[in-house]
Amino acid sequence: MSTGASAAAESLPIQQQAGRIALLLGSVGLLGWFLTLVVEGGVTKILQTAMDAVAVGSLYALIALGYTMVYGILRFINFAHSDVFMLGAWFSYIVANAMGWKGDGTEPLWAAPFVMVAVMVICGALGFAIERMAYRPLRGAPRINVLITAIGVSLLIENAGQLPWLLGTQPQRMPTLLPATPLAEIAGVSLRAVDLLVVVIALSLMAALEWLIYGTKLGLAMRAVSHDNRVAALMGIPVDRVISATFVVGSALAAAAGFLYATKYPGINQPAHATWILLGLKAFVAAVIGGIGNLRGAMAGGLMIGFVELFGAAYFSPHLRDVYVFTLLIGVLLFRPAGLLGKATVEKV
Amino acid sequence: MEARAHALRPPLGKTLLTAAAPMALGLLLAGLLQASMAGYPFYSKVLTDVGIAIVLAVSLNLVNGFTGQFSIGHAGFMAVGGYTAGAITYYGHYLLWGDLQSHGAGTAALYITALLAGGLTAAAFGWLVGLPSLRLRGDYLAIVTLGFGEIVRVTIQRSGDVLFDPVAIADASPWTLATSLGGSLGFTGLPFITNLFSVWTVVAIVLLVSFRMKRSDPGRALLAIREDEVAAEAMGVPTTRFKVRAFVYAAFFAGVAGGLFAHEVGTTLNPRELGFQKSFEIVIMVVLGGMGSVSGTTIAAIVLTVLPELLREFSEYRMVVFAITLIVMMLLRPQGLFGVREIWEVPAIRRWLERSR
Repeated sequence: MSTGASAAAESLPIQQQAGRIALLLGSVGLLGWFLTLVVEGGVTKILQTAMDAVAVGSLYALIALGYTMVYGILRFINFAHSDVFMLGAWFSYIVANAMGWKGDGTEPLWAAPFVMVAVMVICGALGFAIERMAYRPLRGAPRINVLITAIGVSLLIENAGQLPWLLGTQPQRMPTLLPATPLAEIAGVSLRAVDLLVVVIALSLMAALEWLIYGTKLGLAMRAVSHDNRVAALMGIPVDRVISATFVVGSALAAAAGFLYATKYPGINQPAHATWILLGLKAFVAAVIGGIGNLRGAMAGGLMIGFVELFGAAYFSPHLRDVYVFTLLIGVLLFRPAGLLGKATVEKV
Repeated sequence: MEARAHALRPPLGKTLLTAAAPMALGLLLAGLLQASMAGYPFYSKVLTDVGIAIVLAVSLNLVNGFTGQFSIGHAGFMAVGGYTAGAITYYGHYLLWGDLQSHGAGTAALYITALLAGGLTAAAFGWLVGLPSLRLRGDYLAIVTLGFGEIVRVTIQRSGDVLFDPVAIADASPWTLATSLGGSLGFTGLPFITNLFSVWTVVAIVLLVSFRMKRSDPGRALLAIREDEVAAEAMGVPTTRFKVRAFVYAAFFAGVAGGLFAHEVGTTLNPRELGFQKSFEIVIMVVLGGMGSVSGTTIAAIVLTVLPELLREFSEYRMVVFAITLIVMMLLRPQGLFGVREIWEVPAIRRWLERSR
């Protein structure tokens, strides 16, 4: 081990470095081969895939923001977050139905924004309640207990949701509130209004969050609590109230993502279906890849996952889309354990 | 370090007494169970399910209980072991004898090989998954194991149909056989070899290993990691190595349990059965029984397997009740029913035991 001391004295042992270089070269080769596949596919396919990737990726980013905000402050994975997202999709269907909108073109222009704001309010309240009843009593408990509680909340929402007198086990169809008419055609790809709106709404929500975190007093308090909650409390910041606000904002974003997801893919699966859990899981992976606790990292990670998943599905094999994402996760964790934009921290005693 | 460890090792005679005697007792009990339940198919089935649940829960307890890490992909390792073992007995029978009939000692030998191979494959996967994620903070293990379980499920669902023509099987390449696992329909046609004796022998082994582990040097290292990882590292415990080791042991037993499950009467080895719901059930057993308590986990595994049988008409509410129990447990008694203690170490029970002596 000490033979490479002169060359790599302050960095890694020589074998590990060689291994890393081999892995890097291998992945570059793989990427090159993959790029030739993409180029051979033609412009139309590239554009189509890229459009889907941006849409799906921005949804991942919206969900990932909630994970990363909670992790940044309380240092645990909020497993119930993907269920809030699922409920966002389900409540969109329920609200639209309750208003009597069938998606046949007769509903008013404000139907879609109304549903979205309504589910954001409902799920925001739900996020508040979850934090208040399940997580707050455990403040100061070991992190593993909070993690188990989060899994308990997640299981509760999924299995209670399946009860016949709640959401049931049948899939439902979301009425089309946003027009699916083709807006324009670019290089043989038709751009539907739905696709464009999903991306525009997701990006503007992210911009709004950016303003909330970096431009308001509440955001300043959130950043302070995430930096060091004890010192923040000493500075007079009401820590518990800031944590509640974080859950409300994160849950509202997840609800908006749920609404947009249901609009883009109208078939709403039953509450405990594996698709929800996988979507939530991949959004969490996005947060980890970007650097957990880092907002811009979550956005970048979400988009990155969207691209990896959809390009892999379009050009390699559509059945292995989850495998690409988790391989990317393990790859990133091996090279940058703190994520792409995260700062490596040393645990102090 | 090596010399010190050697000096602390007890004499061989004592090791034999503490390890071999309980094992012999376990084998005897397993045999008795097998003999006494011969005419009762329903009770044998429940007892087989209970035994497999104990193996799963007690092995997961090595990671989640002793070491304080949080793995939620145990069903993934069960699936890896189950499919490996299933493929070996099924295709092995055809390749060796050209049919699926029982061939006495030959079948038994093949079955034991299959169980071990399943366990070892699962252990190898455990090492692959554990090494990168156990170097990092605890929660990453949760997410990576959950992802691993899902990848296993999706990959198995993509496999081809089970072959059943002896001639085609004899001609097929090993790769074809390894990828013909029945896909999303499940691996049908597996011989029902698992009996109470084999299940409860494995139960005896996993219990013995766990109890002995808890009192051993490595076991104390694991408990130290659980209590405070930084302090354990400062005391010279190679934390990553021990975490990975515990993880690999747990994966091994999960793989063996998968093999037992694969050859059980009345079950189909099916990727849907081995999803994260199954993993969560095992986690709940460990959490309820007490993280680190072998006897507590065993009791929780028994109760949580028998209870649904008794409450069949309320099956819709089963998971709802589990979830609420989990949350309430974390709020009121976060260490589980027994905590890290064994049942005979709980003060009230110990007093009772001492009085009645």
